[in-house]
Amino acid sequence: MFPKGTKRKFSDSGDEPPAGSEGVNQPSSAAVRMLSSYSLQRQSLLDMSLIKLQLCHMLVEPNLCRSVLIANTVRQIQEEMTQDGTWQIMTQALSAANAAAQCSADRLVATEVLCRQTEAAQGEATPRPLPTVGSDGSSAEELVVVEEEEEERVEEGVSTLSPQPPTSYLPSTFGMDPCWEEETDEDEDEDSEECASGSEEGDNDRLVEDSRTAEQVFGTFEIKNPAPSPDPALEELFSDVDASYYDLDTVLTGMQSAPKMGPYDLLESLSSHGPSPLSSSTSCRSDLNELDHIMEIIVGS
Amino acid sequence: MKPIYAVYNAGQAVMCGCGVTTGGLPSTAEKMKCFSRYLPYLFRPPTTILSSTCHTEADIISTVEFNPSGELLATGDKGGRVVVFQREQETKSQPQRRGEYNVYSTFQSHEPEFDYLKSLEIEEKINKIRWLPQQNAAYFLLSTNDKTVKLWKISERDRRPDGYNLKDEDGLIRDPSTITSLRVPVLQPTDLMVEASARRVFSNAHTYHINSISVNSDLQTYISTDDLRVNLWNLEITDQSFNIVDIKPSNMEDLTEVITAAEFHPQQCNTFAYSSSRGSIRLCDMRKQALCDTHCKFFEEPEDPSTRSFFSEIISSISDIKFSHSGRFLMTRDYLTVKVWDLNMENKPIETYQVHDYLRGKLCSLYENDCIFDKFECVWNGSDSVIMTGSYNNFFRMFDRNTKRDVTLEASRENSKPRAVLKPRKVCMGGKRRKDEVTVDSLDFSKKILHSTWHPQENIIAVAASNNLYIFQDKVA
Repeated sequence: MFPKGTKRKFSDSGDEPPAGSEGVNQPSSAAVRMLSSYSLQRQSLLDMSLIKLQLCHMLVEPNLCRSVLIANTVRQIQEEMTQDGTWQIMTQALSAANAAAQCSADRLVATEVLCRQTEAAQGEATPRPLPTVGSDGSSAEELVVVEEEEEERVEEGVSTLSPQPPTSYLPSTFGMDPCWEEETDEDEDEDSEECASGSEEGDNDRLVEDSRTAEQVFGTFEIKNPAPSPDPALEELFSDVDASYYDLDTVLTGMQSAPKMGPYDLLESLSSHGPSPLSSSTSCRSDLNELDHIMEIIVGS
Repeated sequence: MKPIYAVYNAGQAVMCGCGVTTGGLPSTAEKMKCFSRYLPYLFRPPTTILSSTCHTEADIISTVEFNPSGELLATGDKGGRVVVFQREQETKSQPQRRGEYNVYSTFQSHEPEFDYLKSLEIEEKINKIRWLPQQNAAYFLLSTNDKTVKLWKISERDRRPDGYNLKDEDGLIRDPSTITSLRVPVLQPTDLMVEASARRVFSNAHTYHINSISVNSDLQTYISTDDLRVNLWNLEITDQSFNIVDIKPSNMEDLTEVITAAEFHPQQCNTFAYSSSRGSIRLCDMRKQALCDTHCKFFEEPEDPSTRSFFSEIISSISDIKFSHSGRFLMTRDYLTVKVWDLNMENKPIETYQVHDYLRGKLCSLYENDCIFDKFECVWNGSDSVIMTGSYNNFFRMFDRNTKRDVTLEASRENSKPRAVLKPRKVCMGGKRRKDEVTVDSLDFSKKILHSTWHPQENIIAVAASNNLYIFQDKVA
């Protein structure tokens, strides 16, 4: 299940008794072991589910029923992890990692892009179109932040995600870490509250966030014509997107020739959150093209 | 009586069929006895190669259905082809050949398409076939792939007109100046030709993948169902359909449930039912309102908290729904069980049958290899007393609702001697394995029986095991 040589950072958090849930007595070592094996199982189930959602067949439309069932499973695991506090441990660890690596956005866009491409290019089986950031609010922005963090996770050798780093985009898109929204201006207050307490409200908010990003997962089953499309890294899971995304060329080369988004949208996302979400395109050629393209947009407007 | 074995294989002659089922339905006790003595008939679509290890993907059978009289049996495959078998008529000269099914017609129903807008292929795999009751000399069936439903007419031609005045033997137009006399064309008998022609094409009504079609008892309308919508069509009109159920949320983020199957009530033309991925069934009445989003009845069994796991929802997803012939009951198939519901009782099923409960401990592996998403079908027999469904390792199961006995049989050429009756199989869960038992770990999950059908009156079943079609018939001792 886990690639060799990677540290199981997040699973380790499951080895300790989850904070707050079993606070009553000192759990016996057997109970601890049982808990940790349960957490491990749960974690591996989560990973498996995310992989399944990511690996969509590019040529044939994926099965909606299967996707819905897997997504529900992921949600269920998430809820449970949230309830027993494991989620918080994980997200705090992530946000710490993220904070360390976070740097000012604009000028490093290009580099980040390139880095991500390289990381993403490893092991990615299917080409993906270049994502554009839609203007539908925080969910997209959340993605942006998350993507970067995913990179961190990959770099740290965290193996909670699949061996394919690109698939790491997905967990974030489920709003798994509302704390990451600290990056966004709008949700700052809300998030610091969420991160601090495991309160019920926080949980609800988190779940709301989850659903919001879940929109990305399912929202693209229909062709959304006028609205700018959300992150195509998710869209491609469910395939019903604007025509421009699914030019045959795009699909095959993993790169979008004419992104459908206003320069304002991209700028906004770039400036506030660092690197734009990028597809995990497999070729370096497309990396450079993409890089050029982004630079063009930034400079052009 | 000598047991009989018939094999149809890429053009070889078919040996004779067996006998004899009595006109009326045998009593329950007799029936169970009969089912343990099956005579296997093995049919393969003509294009497949003999060995089952090297069949092509396109030959995998994806649907099987008897017509309402039981005279015809249709199969659809992944390559978009439909093969129709017809039952041999009893003749005095060869009384043993009665009851045998031979290929009657083969045609390409659907072709693969490419959706240019989404850059995605539309598979030609036939998802469902439903027959219309016969009203004249021709036969009609509906076949569907993911996006398009087609009405096919299958008709026989055994005569041709001969003796035209204006055309000669080869069909070339004659020079009028050479015609000196007139004659009346006569119909000459020719070899029987069975032709299939597409009479209607119902397209562009489904954004998602069609999973079911069901013909109404009024014989004028039918419904086609995809993951989020149910559409009502008139068989005569192809450019319009009514959307009668739409569970698509306005915000796709809220999508947690999809429609998995739908069927019309067999007698009430205003009633239909649809099942969901959450394990619930909704019965709707079209007279209440045009858009049947609100149900009249809602069938759901409350979850047993003691068996709750991460897979609870997935295994509760209903893969097939079938009304009983009587119209009083409804049968649903989820991953591990078959349930029979009384239409008058919504809070729980009246009967639950475990199909392969030994898989309960293996759900994680089955989730990993995607087998947990397999959609098994279930069927009633003609008298609604026995139900049947498929499992893995080419096993299929039958449950007698009255005696509560059940049997596991295998559709396999290797494991049943050609002229012998089928032997009941058993899966052992662990511990000591008796002779002839199969352990859970040795089950072949690639050999699954998803599709099967039961003759409407007699005890003849057709079971699809990947690219092979098995037809079994009971033998009255």
